[in-house]
Amino acid sequence: MAQTPLLDMQDIDIAFGGVAALKRARLTVTAGEVHALIGQNGAGKSTLIKILTGAYRKSAGTVRFDGREVDFRTPKDAREAGISTIYQEINLVPFRSVAENIFLGREPRRFGLIDWKTAQRRAADLLESFGLRIDVKKPVREYSTAIQQMVALARAVSSDAKMVIMDESTSSLDEREVELLFTVVRRLRDDGRAVIFVSHRLDELYALCDRVTVMRDGQTVAESTMQEMDKLKLVTTMLGRTLAAVVHEDSAVKEANLAKRGPVALSAQGLAAGAKVTDVSLDVHAGEAVGLAGLLGSGRTETMRLLFGADRPAKGALSVGGESATFRSPKDAIARGVAYLTEDRKAEGIVPELSVRDNLTLVCLPALTKRGVVDVAKQREIVDGFIESLGIKLRSPDQPIRELSGGNQQKVLLARWLATHPRLLLLDEPTRGIDVGAKADVAKIVRELRDAGLAVLLSASELEELTAVADRAVVIRDGETVAQLDGAQMNEAAIMDAIAYGGGAESTLAEAVEEAKHDR
Amino acid sequence: MKKNLPILIALVALLVLGVTRYEHFLSAYNVTSFWRYNSMFLLISIGMAFVIITGGIDLSVGTVAALASVVSALASPHGALAGVLAGSLAGLAVGVLNGLVITHMRILPFIVTLATSLGAHGLALLLGHNDAVAISSDMNFAAFGQGDFLGMPIPGIVCAAVAVIGWIALRSSRFGRHALAIGGSEEASRLMGLNVDRTLVFVYAVSGLLAGIAGAILAAQFGAGQPNEGVGWELFAISAVVLGGTRLTGGDGSIAMTIAGVALLGLVFNLLNFENGLGFISLSAYWQSVIRGLFLLLVIVLQARVLGGGKVVKVAR
Amino acid sequence: MIDDTQRAAPIVQAPVKKKRGIAIQREIAVLIAMIVFNLIFTQHFLSLQTFNVNLTQVVTIVIVGIGMTLVVATGGIDLSVGASMAIAGALAPMLFMNIDGPLGILLAFTLPIIAAAACGVFNGFLVTRLHVQPIVATLVLFIAGRGIAQVVTDGSLQAFNNSTFQWIALGKVAGVPFQILLMLALVAIFTWIVRKTLFGKYLLVTGGNEDAAYLSGIPTARVKMIAYTVCAALAGLAGLISISVNSSSDANVVGLGVELDAIAAVAVGGTALTGGKAYITGTLIGALIIQLLRYTLLAHGIPDAAALVLKAAIIIAAVYVQRKRG
Repeated sequence: MAQTPLLDMQDIDIAFGGVAALKRARLTVTAGEVHALIGQNGAGKSTLIKILTGAYRKSAGTVRFDGREVDFRTPKDAREAGISTIYQEINLVPFRSVAENIFLGREPRRFGLIDWKTAQRRAADLLESFGLRIDVKKPVREYSTAIQQMVALARAVSSDAKMVIMDESTSSLDEREVELLFTVVRRLRDDGRAVIFVSHRLDELYALCDRVTVMRDGQTVAESTMQEMDKLKLVTTMLGRTLAAVVHEDSAVKEANLAKRGPVALSAQGLAAGAKVTDVSLDVHAGEAVGLAGLLGSGRTETMRLLFGADRPAKGALSVGGESATFRSPKDAIARGVAYLTEDRKAEGIVPELSVRDNLTLVCLPALTKRGVVDVAKQREIVDGFIESLGIKLRSPDQPIRELSGGNQQKVLLARWLATHPRLLLLDEPTRGIDVGAKADVAKIVRELRDAGLAVLLSASELEELTAVADRAVVIRDGETVAQLDGAQMNEAAIMDAIAYGGGAESTLAEAVEEAKHDR
Repeated sequence: MKKNLPILIALVALLVLGVTRYEHFLSAYNVTSFWRYNSMFLLISIGMAFVIITGGIDLSVGTVAALASVVSALASPHGALAGVLAGSLAGLAVGVLNGLVITHMRILPFIVTLATSLGAHGLALLLGHNDAVAISSDMNFAAFGQGDFLGMPIPGIVCAAVAVIGWIALRSSRFGRHALAIGGSEEASRLMGLNVDRTLVFVYAVSGLLAGIAGAILAAQFGAGQPNEGVGWELFAISAVVLGGTRLTGGDGSIAMTIAGVALLGLVFNLLNFENGLGFISLSAYWQSVIRGLFLLLVIVLQARVLGGGKVVKVAR
Repeated sequence: MIDDTQRAAPIVQAPVKKKRGIAIQREIAVLIAMIVFNLIFTQHFLSLQTFNVNLTQVVTIVIVGIGMTLVVATGGIDLSVGASMAIAGALAPMLFMNIDGPLGILLAFTLPIIAAAACGVFNGFLVTRLHVQPIVATLVLFIAGRGIAQVVTDGSLQAFNNSTFQWIALGKVAGVPFQILLMLALVAIFTWIVRKTLFGKYLLVTGGNEDAAYLSGIPTARVKMIAYTVCAALAGLAGLISISVNSSSDANVVGLGVELDAIAAVAVGGTALTGGKAYITGTLIGALIIQLLRYTLLAHGIPDAAALVLKAAIIIAAVYVQRKRG
């Protein structure tokens, strides 16, 4: 039965700051199906979705929804047309009750006032049809993320959404919760709605989805039914390289690097804190670059914060340079030679109005101060030195840092830490959001630092970059370090495997990797 | 409920002190005049509660009340209704102005309402020619502030009605619930499709309107519109709301507890007067501010412990 | 998802402009325009007396404004400055009127300022230890502080005539009142502190991005505490000047409304109320602009009250312009 698709996006283009983020991207979804949208981080999935939901405006291409051509300018327009989105960061109002969140903006009324009884009853009925029995009068924030996801879904269902987009909704759920969620999704499908499901967990996709669209580098590179795309084909399409090529890369070089490394610079045993970090153990030697791999939300940033003293561990032990360390604040860690380049440079890195010069010397400033006054000449020397050695492109060291491009800002922040002559460098997504040229620069700098004897722990969700720079990988999943990969195992496929299933799990991927090695 | 305990205990303690220590504390005269006088503060505190619930603040309520008192005094020769309406509308106008500037020019409520408070003060002085404006000697308007109805002071009835409406609105009206949602998470509210700007303008309009009514009561009660009155009223309102357990960051709040806050602050003044009357100690009225400040401090400290800090929000958002 | 959002951040192509001077230049331009207007249209404008009168009106506001600028730079606000002024103003006469000679004068200068500084420590404690919002924290003293001064003096006026003490306000050096010189000196000193010292940098970073400051090992709590303490101490000094000018100290009135004036001066002077910037000179210019406005109106017969309305409009305009620019 030839069905006109519910959603048909063709030839979508969009660019940010001169860099193309989507090039002729496509997505076609029919009603009554669960459609998987997959690709590595940075492949363009989120951008495509944001265009669909009206958060971004495309520069070219057409979007047809429910039979008409549409151009949503605001999320409200998309929602009114019948597209609901469940984000990874739950967008509910935390203090309000479950029932209220489900009906916010569409509350049932009687005599002009909100009819709470009806709202609560309907909410409870809806959730029960999902297999969930909870007190709908309690504030949403008292419930786990999984339940909150269900509440968000219930909201979509109750608003007669024609299409629901679920963006990484299962990243923090356990098996039982995932199954619960899937029941709901299947019900949505059976009701004739469409669901776009974005996820990294391949087994889930095969269990739930009917069709799949694969994106890579801003383009749609494959569209097919789930059955026609076996796992191996899926992974290689996503990565854009044959598995053999992926396996072969640089493993000899990396093994050589590992042999050259120095003594242990940092050692963590059984670290735990809050909900995000449950059991982390790893060590980093001088002269090596260790990659910390994991999904968004797996606890990488939280782990780094613990290593830096920005948060305090509830359990576990930490030692730096062989001596045990208890950091009460970043100041302590800095004094012991630890440096931390944060993930979100806008929120935690740059001081936007301050000059490049001031931003760069921020941490080493006390060393440049005599009796309270800053030694401007020394400051200038250091700043000029780094501008040159890191290739920072700017008009003048006195211009506000916010005027620099993302890549150059990142270099300034890197210089900020290098100026303190650290022995251990923690890099959290150092190449996020910067252009290709700057990415290459940063990677080169990190390799040089490693060669010079610095210990580097680097977290990246783009596995290609991680494997390019790091000598070995530590995989973290739901706050727990589950695998350590080095040598021949230090490749994207093996890391992806470990991320999805934890170390030691059997899967077709691992077998495929072995076969590929023998085929070489 | 836990967080409401301190203020309720304090309230009960003060009431018990009053009843046991002062002979005329529970007299009809004291109760009605307490109610009558504090009705103005209750009105602006309810308005302030809504504003704070959305995560904003309204520093103009005091001077707007003063402006409204002048306007209503000027209109009073045309009758009581004219006086009341004129004052209320004046307040409403300023409130709407606040709301529009905040939502359209995207300037912080703190700054906008600070500016309008200066402007309203100036306007009040201009209209009154730098002096108090006597209300019309026609008894009608004065009755609005000084009269009784069924034994209850008219301003008291007005504020009781407003309190009930406010309570219902916060609990069961879209406006009230949306205000709560916006204060809880403006981003989520927008993404959920709520008309955030409209609700915000409403909230400030309501605050202004209530300040306007309070101003009309002020003029009627004291016989003249007073451009220089109202100084510090917004701080009374903010204190009452905070005492009532509402967080300044918004998202949660209670009209009933705000009323408790107003009662508490008002009682401090009332009890001081009685204490002075007893003649044992002579505590000047200045102690009033010290004691109110202490209560506020107490509540702040307790909230900091009980609520565990909460969001750290600067003046900016 | 986050990576795409960041890629979306526009690369700002800044037009070629001189450093941060452009901000000051705008305010200076406004000030000069007003001066020129008055030179042309107002009689007797160009005289030492006019100069002195206008400047003395702003001295207390500017001195308080300096402290307020520091606090605002950390992302906070201090509503209690008026109360600090009142407390200092209430204490000083008690000291020099009851203790004779130089000791009395010395104590009358130091103890009130220390008392005011204590208020600042109180504010700082609430903000940094208990994590109370600055508005609420300083609200406590706003309400209670003046009350304390009133209780201590029982609300009565203390009139005095002590030329030694009052020299701080009434004394002249080369025809210029000392208080004006003091104000200018303080502006110069604090401008230097903000620009050249470690503390100054830390101040701007604490307000500019507190998370980044924390992650860079900066003692943000200590920085804020110092800011609130200095602010209150400066207010105390302003209180001493204020009572000297009036030859009397009335706890009901000293510093009444100064917080609004100081905040207005800070805002108009270009310091963002969101924190991260501290244009001390801007605060001086902002106060002068507002004062000149008032003067211009008065000189042309427009009631003072109208100046309030205009002040309101200027504040909104100044902040709006800043938002557009920043």
